[in-house]
This record gives sequence, C-alpha cells and structure tokens, in this order.
Amino acid sequence: MTKFKDWLVAGAVLLLSKTHPSRRDDEQRIVPDAPPDPRAETWVLALFGLASLAAVGFIVVYALDRLSHQTQWLGVTLGLALAFLAAACTVIGKRLVATEELAEDYPQPDDHVGDQEAVVEIVEESGDRLSRKRLLKLGGAAAGGSLGLALLTPAVSLGPVFDMSRFYGTPWTRGRRLVDERGRPYRADGIEEAVFYTAYPEGADRETIGAPVLVVRLKPAALHLGSHKPVAEWAPQGILAYSKICTHAGCAIALYRKPTFPVTEPRPAFVCPCHYSTFDPATGGTVLFGPAGRPLPQLPLLVDPRGQLRARGNFDQPVGPSWWGVRMEKPNP
Amino acid sequence: MIRKVVRYLDERAGAAPLLRKALRYVFPDHWSFLLGEVALYCFVVLVGTGIYLTFFFEPSTLDTVYHGSYRPLQGLHMSEAYKSVVNISFSVKAGLLLRQTHHWAANVFVAAVILHLLRIFFTGAFRKPRTLTYFIGLTMLLLTLLEGYLGYSMVDDLLSGMGLAIGYAVALSLPFIGANLAALLWNGPYPGGHDFISRIYIAHVLVLPIAIGTLLTMHLVLVAARHHTQFTPRSERKVVGVPTFPGQTPRSIALTLWTAAVLFLLGGLIQINPIWLWGPYHVGDATNGAQPDWYLGWLIGGLRLVPGFDWTIGNYTLVPNPFWGGALFPLVVFAFLYLYPWLERKVTGDNAWHHVLDRPRDRPWRTAIGMAMLTWIVFVFIAGSADRALVDFGVSYVKQIWVYRVLVWVLPVVVLFVTKRVCEELLAGEKVESERRAAERAALLDTAG
Amino acid sequence: MRRLLVIAVALALPPAALADPPPSGIVHPSAPPGTPLVELGYQLYAGNCSSCHGSKGEGVPKLGAVEGAGDVPGAGPSLRSVGALSADFYLRTGYMPLDDPGHQPHRSRVLFSNHEIEAMVAYVASLGNGPPVPKPHPERGNVAEGLHLFTSHCAGCHQVVARGGYVTGGVAPPLSNSTDVQIAEAVRVGPYLMPTFSPHAISDRQLDSIIAYVAYAKHPDDRGGWSIGRLGPVPEGLVTWWIAIVALVASCLVLAGRLKS
Repeated sequence: MTKFKDWLVAGAVLLLSKTHPSRRDDEQRIVPDAPPDPRAETWVLALFGLASLAAVGFIVVYALDRLSHQTQWLGVTLGLALAFLAAACTVIGKRLVATEELAEDYPQPDDHVGDQEAVVEIVEESGDRLSRKRLLKLGGAAAGGSLGLALLTPAVSLGPVFDMSRFYGTPWTRGRRLVDERGRPYRADGIEEAVFYTAYPEGADRETIGAPVLVVRLKPAALHLGSHKPVAEWAPQGILAYSKICTHAGCAIALYRKPTFPVTEPRPAFVCPCHYSTFDPATGGTVLFGPAGRPLPQLPLLVDPRGQLRARGNFDQPVGPSWWGVRMEKPNP
Repeated sequence: MIRKVVRYLDERAGAAPLLRKALRYVFPDHWSFLLGEVALYCFVVLVGTGIYLTFFFEPSTLDTVYHGSYRPLQGLHMSEAYKSVVNISFSVKAGLLLRQTHHWAANVFVAAVILHLLRIFFTGAFRKPRTLTYFIGLTMLLLTLLEGYLGYSMVDDLLSGMGLAIGYAVALSLPFIGANLAALLWNGPYPGGHDFISRIYIAHVLVLPIAIGTLLTMHLVLVAARHHTQFTPRSERKVVGVPTFPGQTPRSIALTLWTAAVLFLLGGLIQINPIWLWGPYHVGDATNGAQPDWYLGWLIGGLRLVPGFDWTIGNYTLVPNPFWGGALFPLVVFAFLYLYPWLERKVTGDNAWHHVLDRPRDRPWRTAIGMAMLTWIVFVFIAGSADRALVDFGVSYVKQIWVYRVLVWVLPVVVLFVTKRVCEELLAGEKVESERRAAERAALLDTAG
Repeated sequence: MRRLLVIAVALALPPAALADPPPSGIVHPSAPPGTPLVELGYQLYAGNCSSCHGSKGEGVPKLGAVEGAGDVPGAGPSLRSVGALSADFYLRTGYMPLDDPGHQPHRSRVLFSNHEIEAMVAYVASLGNGPPVPKPHPERGNVAEGLHLFTSHCAGCHQVVARGGYVTGGVAPPLSNSTDVQIAEAVRVGPYLMPTFSPHAISDRQLDSIIAYVAYAKHPDDRGGWSIGRLGPVPEGLVTWWIAIVALVASCLVLAGRLKS
C-alpha cells in the first residue's frame, strides 16, 4: 500500500513538476533565449487535453451502432480534435517558441555566371568531333519524333478515332415502334395535346443519345413544317417526334412549355434545362432562344393499321451536339 | 535522444548540413504568403480521404438494381458506380463523413489555389526569377479543374451525367478534331463505351494526382531555391523572416490542422452533393437548375451567354456553338495568365529580377488589367447562375441574359479605368502625405535650429 | 467580392418573403345566411372573376374587352368544362384572382374564406361537365417509383428535389408548400406553362407515387448535415467561399503578420 502511494507521488512529481533544463550561455546559443510563459503552457496543456477527449469521442461515436446523426457527430468530434490541436499549435507558435528574425542572401542574377558558361562549354565542346552536325541533328530529331509517334500509336485503340459512322447512326429504322418506359407501344389515339411523352425505340439500348424521343401532339393548323416535310409523313394526325437530346450540349430536353391560355402566354416549346435552349415543335424544331446552333432532329412517323406509332425512317439530321461533320450526312436510314 | 537521431541520420545519409540549412531556411512573414500552404494542406486531405474512398468505389456503369438501406431508391435501376457511392453514404460507417470531406476539400482546394494565384498576380510575384514556379502553378490549376470535374463525373448520379454530356459536347465542338477526339476518349459517341468510366477513374485516382503531386514538389523545390518574395521596406539583397525551426514549424502545423479541422467540420455538418437525392442518371433524364461545382461555374455561364449559332462553311461545321463558351473562353483566360509575365516584360521593358513585391497600387496598369480580367470571369460566372436568381427574385431570365451579354463586355472596361484611377489616386495621396511629413520634419528642424 | 457578398446575402433570404402580395379589391358580397352555395358562388364570381372569364364563364378571348363586373380589362380562358378540380386548385393556391392576366400566377395569400371558396368551386362546377376535386392516396404510392416518375415527368422544370426551376417565359414553382390535393390537381390542370397530364399519361396510381415522393422531398433523409437548400453546387460554392475560405484566411491572419505602414 505504501509502495503504491510512493509510486503515485513519484508519478505526480514527474508529471506536474516544472523542469529547469540547464540553460546555455547567450553567446553560444543559436536560437535566442526568452523567458518561459507558464500561462501559455497551461493553455497548451488544456488544449491538448481537449483534443485527446474529442479524438476519443470520435472513436466512441464510431463504435456506437444506433446513433442518429452519426455523420454529424463524427464530423464534430474529429473536427474539434483537429481544431483543439490546431489551437494548441497556434499558441505554441505565437507564445512558446522564440520569435527571431533571420536574414539570408537572395540569389542574384550573376550568382552562377561561371557555372552557366561551364555547362554551355561542356555541351558545345562535346560536340566538336561531329563533322555533319546539322544532318545528325535532323536525323536524330526524325528518329526521336517517329519513335514518339510510334509510342503514341497504340492510343488509337482507345476508340474509333477515324470512323465517324457511329455519329450518324441511331437505333431508329423504318417500322420500329415507339414504346414507353415500360416497353408498351404508344398508340396514336393515346397521344394527347398539352402533354409530352418520352418514347424509346422498341428493343434497342436506351442509354444512347439516339434513343430517346419527345412525342407531342399539336393542332394540324398550328404546324409550319415547311414544304419539304409533308405533314402526313412528319406529323400524322398532328403527332410529332423529336430527339430528346439537345443539339447544344447533349442534355436531355426535359421541359415542355405548354400555354394554358395562348392569348397571354408564349407558344408551346421544348426547353433544355442546362442552358435553356428553346425549340419550337410546330416549325420542325427550330431554335427560339438560347445557345443551340441547330434545330432539334425530327423523327418521321407513321401510324400502323393497329393505330400504333412507328418510325417512318431515321431522323432528318444527326442527333446530339454539333461537330464538324454534323451537316455533311443524314443519319443512316 | 535528439542527438542520437541526428547522428543516425548524418552517418547514414550525410544529412546534417542539409538539415541545418533547412531548419534555418527563412520564411518572410505575411498572412497572404500562407494561402498557398492552405491549398497544399487541402491537397493532403484530398489524397487521404480519396484513398479511403477508392476502397469502396466501384468504377463501373453496368446496370444493377438497388436493394440497400435507403428506401427511396429501392428497386431502381442504376449503375454499379452510383450504387457504390450510395452505399458509401449509407452503409459504410464514417463513409459519408469522408466522402463529404473529400468533396468540400476539393471545393476549398480550388478556392485556395485561386486566392493564391490572385496574390501572386497582383503583387508581381510571377516576375523573374520565379516565372517557372508561376507556370508550374498555373499548370497545376488547370489539372486541378480537370481532376475536380472527373471526380464529380464519376459518381454517375443525375448531375454527373448531365455534366459529362456537356463535357462531351465541348470536346465535340473543337474545330476539325472534336468528333475524333471525343470518339477516342469516350470510345464512341456519348455516353461511350463501358470502359469510359474506368478511364476517368484511373485518371482521377492515379494519373492526375501523380501529375499534380509531381508538379507540387517541383513548385516547392523552386520556391525554396529562389527563396520567398517579401514586401518593402525589405531589400532585394537579403530575405528577412522567421526560420523553419522553431518559428515557422508550429505555425505550419497549426495551419495544416486548421485546414483539416474546417474541412472535417464541413464534411460532418454541411451536406454536399447529396447524390441519393439526385437519383441515378439515364441519358434521357435531366433536372432543372443543374450546375457544376463552383470552380466550373464560369464555363456554364460562358455556354449560356453565347447566342445560338454554329459557324458553318457550306456543309462543314467550322465551329459548333459550345466551343466559344466551353473551350475558347477558358483557353483565353489561361493564355492570358501564361503570357502575362512575358507581356509585362515586353511592354515595360523591365527585365530585372524582383525579390521585393509590389503592392497592387504600385502598378496601376497591372492591377487594372487583372481586375478587368477578374470582372470578366466573375460576371460570366454570375450569368451561369442567373436561373437560380430568377427563381428567387422573379427577374425574367431572357432579360437577364441580354443584360449580361452587354455587361460582360462593358463592365471590365469600366473596371479597368476605375481601378487604374484608384491606384493612381492612392499613390498621389501617399506622395502628398510623405511630402507633408518631410516638410513638417524640416520645419521642426528649422525651429529647433 | 462585394457582388458575391450581395448574392450570398440575397440567396440566404427565405424565398417565402418574396411571394407576391395578393391583389387588392376583392369583392365579398353580403349574402344572407341560407343563400344556396351556388348562388353565393355566382355572386362571388360576378364580383371577382367575370371581368376575365366572362359573365357566365364563357371566357374573354381578347385582352382589353371589358365585360361583366369589376373594372379590370382582362382576358381569360373559358371555365365551362374545367370543373371543380381547376377552380379548387386556382383558388386554394391563391393563383386567382390575378391582378394582371398577362402575369404568371403565383402562390399568394388566399383572401376568400373556406366557405366562399366552396361556393365559387360549386358555381364553376355547375357551368359544365368538369372533373371533381381529386382524392389522392399517397399512402398507396411508392416513393422510389415516385422519384423515377418525377425525374421523367417533372424534374426538368421543378428540379429533382422539387425546389423549383426556370422555363424560358416562366417559373416552375418549388413544391414545398403544395398540398397533396394541389399536386394531384396541378398535374391534371397544367397551370400556366405546365403540360396537362391526363390519366393516360400519368395514371392515378402513378400520381399517388409522385405525390408520395414530393411529400418525401419536403423533408428527405438529410444524412450528412445541414441541407443548404438541396440545390447542389450553387449554395455549396457559397459555403466554400463564405465559410471555409473566410475561416482559413482568418487563421492565416492569426498565424502570420501583416504589412506595417
């Protein structure tokens, strides 16, 4: 028992007593001397204590299984542990280490003139044995350049860099049915005015930009598709289909603006939510506002004898954002 | 103990002279010199949290059905990538903390880098002999923007997918080579092959971090080799400041810890990118008000402000629209930043070395040009969030866009001249003040004499 | 910097404070107790609605032609077959009466009593064969299916967490104050620029799921702390600059010196 008490006292003395290291003479010192600051030391000790507490708190919170707002508690405990430690280091930096100002020489422009000259000389003199210097340089450059090209060549395997055909392709072919999200075919009489529908090509991959189309019905009198787009082929019964992918930046056009009372509100339009390109379904998808540089590609339609909607062919132009060749070919039929 | 360690190191590495020099390396003392350090510590937090996240992330766009603990997504089709991030957020203990901290660290990292860049620019710290350090810094900023974009895009939530579609459109819009480049990177037209996500994954977790880390090391080595700049009244010959040890070390450790503390507190307390609310991405889906992370906001502004046209010659599309706002705009900004040191040398004829920094007012033209450039970028940035402003304030979007289209060009010119004038007035005021003081001193001497 | 500050402050303001004030000049006819509901409805209609919708709900096709009571020269659609559903929606959201028929209706304070609204709804319902006020059952819906349907049909305008959005020419309002019945009504009505979804396009069962999702989206699982509006990167950027960067620049200022002039 007494032995235990001795140990306790010894421990307390070891922990709490102040140490007085032998101070060196001022002339010998590198770091200048300054008087101790016991108050700051107390602060640092307190902050260390709090940091340890918070860190242990983090472990405890992590170990708990059913804790609401666990992420918040984890963040607070870890954040506070770091903050307390940061505060301790701040006190150490501001109050407990010597504040000294040192000076050093900056590099100057003429510092290495000799070395620069030497390097130039070494390189130049090493080439003195070469009699056809220019030719050798040229040959070396050709060898290095072609080797570089050769090493880059396998990168071509990354993708069809020269084959643009897939940019013109879409899953739509003549006769392919328009189906809804669950694969049920759309019927012409099921397409109502003032609604927009998203349709996909039956049996094709939907995660390509050629797949999704917007389907709307307008009054035939409101249509101005132009003479090259007969209404019977491009808008049978006033039903129109356009690519859902914006021709500006490839976002999905998920807005159909439909006026309730046309006298006081603008006409029906598709709007892309990314940069607000606005397209007019009544005029073949022309741009009304926004940055898109091309009308929305339109899909010609036919209504089969069972009244179901089918594609009459492919889009009138490539789908998706523009590239250099977007106006050179029509999508493959 | 200390002696033993030093002796051990010196005997085996000959490190004592180097250590001695390193301990007494001089740091000039000014708060703005710590901004770069903040960026560095954010990078450290990013690497740490990022390594943790790679243990749980699944870079795959294969279709799967969610049956995890978050009920509102149950039974929905999604990619493996998206599912793994939902699981990090809901099933991995502390996963959400680390994920959110990682994202906050990315946002703060770029912000700190840009503040650091502004300090460098407006004080003329980019001049000889530190041009190379500056170029490396700019390159890191460029890589960082790409790195952040890829991280945002990998998750395959609704916002990621929309961001990738826009990135694809910008790549596609490059004149002459756009489609070929995009086909190469994406392995075909958007959304590309299933291997695309592993490409951006490896770029995000390996290629770009290593590139940034390497440049970072070079950046720091160059800073040390040329010594840090300092403000007047210090001289061009001697750098004056606090030594690494003991003066700077506790401060730098404290700043590391402050940075980490702020990031983890944000990561725990403020939601960032709640992907479980955005839902999975499908090519045919989109949401209103989708935005990139803040540091790419200037590009969405640029994309939105350009009027609708593609530049064509016959059937050949020379410049598709997204090129202007998404590619040319950042290209001009970075070209300006890369070329500015050379331009300033040409115009002023000042080829000398500068260790002493300018205050912004000391160089009215540089400050004015920098402010004009900043106004340009910030204004395009604000234009990118005009739709949010509309919802909250009820101002017509179409009107706003037209106002921005004009202001984006007018305002920088106004700012250019106003800034120049303000700098000159400040300098003139100082001159008057110093003359007055000199006169007073002379008068005092006269009366005393 | 200051510009960013202004925006930060402005974005921090609750959007509710910016709702439009209700139009003035509401007529409350003094009908004796016991007046039939439709009769009271007609009196209210005549006083408050007829200048735009016509004296008998036939609509006013051209702007400026003053008809019926009131001195508002207006134009408005016919109410002959819109039914109780539409009337209930427009009146209980405060969308109507509208002070200028050219403006988009906004949610505002309802100036009619519940009894008065019931009366007007009854009157409009009596004009033709319109649909009744719907009775949605969100408890039968499935939130996951609702999210999926909401993303396909609604998120393009209303934002995926129903925080509202923008369409060229109009605003898609946030759905944070919408009741279940109002959502069911709006889907069928398609107010202002919104498409009108018939039961063919969105079935009643699907509508229940959408309503269940919107209800969920009002208070979703906010794991990970303060939701800062659930708008994504815009508020996140503001927090980056105005909380994180301010805190870190402050610590730089504490740790290092400043210029002495």
